[in-house]
Amino acid sequence: MTIYGVALLAACTLLGVLLGDMLGAALGIDANVGGVGIAMVMLIAARLWLLRRGLLGEGVRFGIAFWGALYIPIVVAMAATQNVVGAVKAGPMVAVAAVGAVALCFGVVALMGRFGGPVETMDEAEARQLGEAAAEPAGTAP
Amino acid sequence: MIAQVLEAQGLLTAFAFIGLVMGLSAAVSRYLTFGRIHGSAIAVLAGLALAWAGGSMTGGTHGLADIPMLSGIGLMGGAMLRDFAIVATAFEVDVAKARAAGLYGALALALGLVLPFTVGVLVALAYGYTDAVSLTTIGAGAITYIVGPVTGAALGANSEVMAISIAIGVLKAILVMAGTPFLARVMGLDNSRSAMVFGGLMATTSGVSGGLAATDRRLVPYGALTATFSTGLGCLFGPSLLYLAVRALIGG
Repeated sequence: MTIYGVALLAACTLLGVLLGDMLGAALGIDANVGGVGIAMVMLIAARLWLLRRGLLGEGVRFGIAFWGALYIPIVVAMAATQNVVGAVKAGPMVAVAAVGAVALCFGVVALMGRFGGPVETMDEAEARQLGEAAAEPAGTAP
Repeated sequence: MIAQVLEAQGLLTAFAFIGLVMGLSAAVSRYLTFGRIHGSAIAVLAGLALAWAGGSMTGGTHGLADIPMLSGIGLMGGAMLRDFAIVATAFEVDVAKARAAGLYGALALALGLVLPFTVGVLVALAYGYTDAVSLTTIGAGAITYIVGPVTGAALGANSEVMAISIAIGVLKAILVMAGTPFLARVMGLDNSRSAMVFGGLMATTSGVSGGLAATDRRLVPYGALTATFSTGLGCLFGPSLLYLAVRALIGG
């Protein structure tokens, strides 16, 4: 059932945000500490649990994948509601600080990628998984 | 009459409107840039441009959502649905890959707090701020626009400094959203590990998720995962450790 997937996703998100708020309160800050991250970890755990018990049906998958697929349009809507005028108008100090911080961090990401040694790219991983999926039926045949 | 219906059914209007923006962006990508610039990147840029237009027209602070007919975009792009959709992307996370980033991810989280914070504090010093509370609040804004005001509120910063702090964070998010797809190749953003490092270093969840979405959708969950932890750590360490460090160095 599709609604089970949507409900599972909603439950994970709610619980994550709640735990994030509680963590914030426990630490004495009026903010959510890592709520979305906690929710993501719970959803990953839930998927593994369902998968192991064979309960991960097409409907459940669809209920979650649908919202994942709407992610980019939601980000576009989010971009369309930013206070762009305010950020541009606030003056040179804001621009200097933001551009400096972003440029430095972009540079460090590039550096850390160079030092880490080779990693499988998303394209390679996808090709490998497709290859494995294709090889599997042949491998299990008597 | 039409305006009334569009306003009353705000969320549906938003779905239709954003669908139109995505469609036009895909067409621009295909026919004007011959597929060189991803449709999602153009859509995010179009969103920012529309936010500027909306803000200029209404004088409000919520971009297009300040136009009554398009107020549903505020709901569609608001924290609730954004978090819901981000969590949904976790369904595609490969646990083995996420674990492989381990040490690098942790290092990126730490650098993602210290580096932008230091830049923010130095810029604030250059512009004549000398008290530890203002310096810390402005530095925290360079982490994200959430960490900035949370830190400022906890330390009792004045409203001008708070506004500057938020503005730096918002501009950072916008720059990351707009710049990532163009610099993705230089940064080596083609695998799950670099996406996690990127998320941790950039910290801004909206910037990271927008930027990665426009680069390669498959990278989004990895970057968003570390970015949300970065923001959380920032809220934790901004008013505490970072403030104490600034006070120890500046003395006041």
